[in-house]
Amino acid sequence: MNIYDFKNLTDSIHASLSVNLSPTAVTIIEFIIIASAFMILFTLLGLVLVYAERKIAAFFQLRLGPMRVGKWGIAQTAADAIKLILKEPLVTKNADKFLFNLAPFIIILSTFLALGAMPFAKGLHALDFDIGILYLTAVSSFGVIGILIAGWSSDNKYSLIGAMRSGAQVVSYELSVGLSLLTVVILAGSLQFSEIIASQETGWWIFRGHIPAMIAFIIFMIAGTAETGRGPFDLPEAESELTAGYHTEYSGLKFAFFFLAEFVNMFIIAGIGATVFLGGWMPFHIGNWEGFNKIMDFIPSLFWFFGKVAFLIFLMMWFKWTFPRLRIDQLLRLEWKYLLPINLVNILVMAFIVLMGWHF
Amino acid sequence: MDKSALILFVISAIVIVGVGIILSWIVAPKSKNKVKEEPYECGIPTKGTSFIQFRVGYYLFAIIFLIFDVETVFIFPWAVVMKSMGMTAFIEILIFFVILGLGLLYAWKKNALKWD
Repeated sequence: MNIYDFKNLTDSIHASLSVNLSPTAVTIIEFIIIASAFMILFTLLGLVLVYAERKIAAFFQLRLGPMRVGKWGIAQTAADAIKLILKEPLVTKNADKFLFNLAPFIIILSTFLALGAMPFAKGLHALDFDIGILYLTAVSSFGVIGILIAGWSSDNKYSLIGAMRSGAQVVSYELSVGLSLLTVVILAGSLQFSEIIASQETGWWIFRGHIPAMIAFIIFMIAGTAETGRGPFDLPEAESELTAGYHTEYSGLKFAFFFLAEFVNMFIIAGIGATVFLGGWMPFHIGNWEGFNKIMDFIPSLFWFFGKVAFLIFLMMWFKWTFPRLRIDQLLRLEWKYLLPINLVNILVMAFIVLMGWHF
Repeated sequence: MDKSALILFVISAIVIVGVGIILSWIVAPKSKNKVKEEPYECGIPTKGTSFIQFRVGYYLFAIIFLIFDVETVFIFPWAVVMKSMGMTAFIEILIFFVILGLGLLYAWKKNALKWD
């Protein structure tokens, strides 16, 4: 039983608005509140994650990282954002201007739609579809169209190579992301996020699903990192060979949107991982240790969700600063000859476990 | 919330990018320069256009992906009902996966998964 429920808050807002306003006006006001909340969340995530990335990278390399702007460099990313707004937007001479400007819209649209389906806390959930996981895989793979458009329209060979690599990579690893999530869907018996979380009240799927769930989690983290184009899988923007990959020609705020999308995508992958494998906002419980479970219940669900997400994001940053970048042939071999066959067998093993009723 | 909220998210994404681009267009300096319009390729003058034909390997992987992605869509409804349907669902997916695995094996043996 969780004592912090955001449904009370949303219900009371709805009730207080409904007192002297028509239903249409209430809906519009609520939509505006939700839209502005997500916009603020989006910007905050960008600022915080970029700062965290730079600090963590610095500590991995025995540096201090940004230190000058604000205490411990906290305001560094805000200063960077202001700088990027003030930069001149450049477009190459022969670029396809319309597609060049369209690409940031598509990429941000994809991340925004995916962000909307995140279950942040108990009762704090904007889009709770019954096909939640299918929706998320569909929407998050939508961004690759933006990347391909960006690379193609900039009239730059480096951009083109980066975009093509990104297309092959995102498209390949999307299979593994989908299949590893399905391994847990077999256990939970639902695609809806709120039901998947509710089914984990007695324990997280990563522990209750035996070895197959753990294998699925590892595959999900590898494929998710690859799908965001980060870490050892950052060949679409390999700076030592391709300048900056598909966003070489972008400058100012348009470049910032590509950068922001990468970090928010990382949050989304970590969010899905935390929801499906680590119980979402469910607190950590051990069997029948009543006292321990009671103490865990006192930590609000919002903290549980963001704590798990922060842990997974830290893991992804750790990958990035530990492993060297893969070559394109290694990348495709890893997916098609290792992850995909392992994943297919893993699903069968999980189905067999469910069939025999061996799961907890 | 129902599915009409999807429109809300589409609009807010367009607003956040649109407002940002318009804001930066207003405050950023603008100056015309011939060199600025060149593609940035490490300072060496660019030869020809970039709207060219590209190597076929990428398309090959795109086609294999297309096949497997459609298979994944078939697995989605199966995964939901697996628990309640039991043995029937398991045997059916076993046959499905054998055919799928043969397809992957075929692509593998044909060197379609090899990058060179």
